Amino acid sequence: MPADQPLVVISRSGSKRWISAADTAAGKVGLRVGMPASKAQAIVANLNMIDADPVADAAALERLALWALRRYSPVVAVDCADGIVMDTEGADHLQGGEELLISGIVNGLRGKGLTARAAVADTWGAAHALARLTPAETIVVPVGGVTKAVIGLPIHCLRLPPDTIQGLRVLGVETVGELSAMPRAPLALRFGPEVGRRLDQLFGRIAEPIQPLRTPELVEVSRNFQEPIGAPETIAKYVRQLVGQLTAKLEERGLGVRRSDLVIHRVDNTRQSVRAGLQKPVRDPTRLSKLLCDRIETIDPGFGIEKIVLVAVMAEPLEEMQIASSLVEEEVVDVTPLIDILGNRGQRLYRMTPAASDVPERSVKRIRPTADETGADWAVKWPRPSRLLAHPEKIEVTALLPDQPPAVFTWRGKRRRVTRADGPERIFGEWWTRPKEMQAVRDYFVVEDEQGERYWVYRAGDGVDLETGSHHWFIHGVFG
Amino acid sequence: MSRVHHPRVIEELRDRIAHLEGGASKKAVVLPFGVGEIDERLPGGGLAYGALHEVAGGGVGTVDGAAAALFTAGIAARSRGKILWCVTRPDLFFPAISQAGLHPDRVIFCEADKEEDVLASMEEGLSFGGLGAVVGELVRLPMTVSRRLQLAAEKTGTMALVVRRWRRQTEASDYGNPTASMTRWRISVLPSEPLPVAGVGRARWLAELMRVKAGECAEFEIGACDAKGRVCLLPVSADGSNASSWRGSRAS
Repeated sequence: MPADQPLVVISRSGSKRWISAADTAAGKVGLRVGMPASKAQAIVANLNMIDADPVADAAALERLALWALRRYSPVVAVDCADGIVMDTEGADHLQGGEELLISGIVNGLRGKGLTARAAVADTWGAAHALARLTPAETIVVPVGGVTKAVIGLPIHCLRLPPDTIQGLRVLGVETVGELSAMPRAPLALRFGPEVGRRLDQLFGRIAEPIQPLRTPELVEVSRNFQEPIGAPETIAKYVRQLVGQLTAKLEERGLGVRRSDLVIHRVDNTRQSVRAGLQKPVRDPTRLSKLLCDRIETIDPGFGIEKIVLVAVMAEPLEEMQIASSLVEEEVVDVTPLIDILGNRGQRLYRMTPAASDVPERSVKRIRPTADETGADWAVKWPRPSRLLAHPEKIEVTALLPDQPPAVFTWRGKRRRVTRADGPERIFGEWWTRPKEMQAVRDYFVVEDEQGERYWVYRAGDGVDLETGSHHWFIHGVFG
Repeated sequence: MSRVHHPRVIEELRDRIAHLEGGASKKAVVLPFGVGEIDERLPGGGLAYGALHEVAGGGVGTVDGAAAALFTAGIAARSRGKILWCVTRPDLFFPAISQAGLHPDRVIFCEADKEEDVLASMEEGLSFGGLGAVVGELVRLPMTVSRRLQLAAEKTGTMALVVRRWRRQTEASDYGNPTASMTRWRISVLPSEPLPVAGVGRARWLAELMRVKAGECAEFEIGACDAKGRVCLLPVSADGSNASSWRGSRAS
């Protein structure tokens, strides 16, 4: 179906039919959500209409929530009929912070062909409202900034029943700010306690724990405490016990854990979580407990912990294998445990590998540290600097055109006389990556000054034709 | 008569001190440079595994640490096993490191935002065991921290290499402060080896062994790492009489 034709989803209740969702093309021709279907058909002839299927929608949303649970956060739940709520605390550092986390989620969903909007805020209520009402695709509300962010929002974002909203509108209340300024008692008398509760949840005055989504195939172990615990050593002890139970359960099913979550229920009905990811499926209790205990210091036990839950969110088949005894062969050390430990601390781990490009800054590619070892090495045997500047820096140069190395150059305010030089090594632009580089040429020289300091400099252009470059000189690297 | 006795007495004392220092240091394995003049200055005949070694650049090298990184890469290349390279500034150009004999498959980079994280990663890598060497690029290395690294290295016998590089050249005076490292090197660039034709020859470094535990300081003029990570003695010679010796070694 062509993308420019309007498409709407029709809901029905009795004989009443109305639009429950409309795409951008439909919005352009004036179709709105809530409009009766007959009116829409009058506006657009031969309108494409699909009957709504709430059951299938809910199932699809749950699948999406499960995907988010595996990828982003330990505590994920379905929020109303059209959203997913997740507790990002303790999980955002693995994606490089809150901003990167939510833009990553939106981009990930776009890759699946879905448009999404995301918000991060202190409370569930605020994030729910902001995600639906801000024009921006992603928004991060700083800690403590909820009041300022939601005060001007309309009241229909409060997750209240439609007739309550209608009743409040009749009273002339339009925004959250106006509603929160009203006295509570008359409101409660007329609309019940729900209005006050939603407002308190929005501003974080009362807690609203997220009941995480669980499916039968998730392996989960938990432990309740008669007396709340709080000391790190005690937590570590019970975490080790739980890991032992979890690995035993996994062994029954022949699985190894790829991602596990430790959810901690405190006595004041709040939750905290620690997530540990692994590069390969693992069922070794020592390794798992080391990963989880490594991050116990991030847990704030508050007044005490009453329950600890350990879930293997992502588990993959793990076969028992016989290891060849190495009498003669060199022992190959598996470094994945180390990579797991460092990776879970939020460090960026990678290996370098050659990329097929002559342009220096493109000739190196980062790959996952556990990627297969290909044995590939750089084919070029010309001298290369051990430090490459992030951006080539412009230098003042005295040099003969077209192919002589510089005689004198000034870099960062210091003038250097060149005593020895090698070059030019000509590198052509790659027109297949950027059309602008069709003609581009760089002539690289190795230059050495009187002190013996060696630099990698280049001239943009071939020294004859200005089409190939500006003939300015740049320094690109420092030799050891 | 006393002259004959002295070495034996000293040997005995050394053995007893080594015994006191703990079991790990007894099986002190070393990584020789393969250059007699350098190795004889180092206790045990080479860079000790299970110890901390510091390398810094001289002059402009204090900031960019280009020569120091290459020297370190040469040492790491001659060790066996994987290398963990912890950095905060990812400006290492790997083709050059690979030319010093360190294959890209062997090096795992660990990039952190803070220097403290680099130290923590290094310590974790050292206590993991099974790595060939752990390299860290650091600005500051206080005594306590260096002792932690040294102890972690001793426990597993992994070599710890610290490349010191500063933000400004004036800050490099920090390199005089004591640390628990086994050896301390300063690698400064020298004019390259002269060629009979125009061009830049093999890079030469002035390697200053500024501090070595149970040894004496020394200076060497060396040729930069070759494709196997080896260095060689390459002093300046007006007539180029000794140039042939290393040429032969490089060709082999």
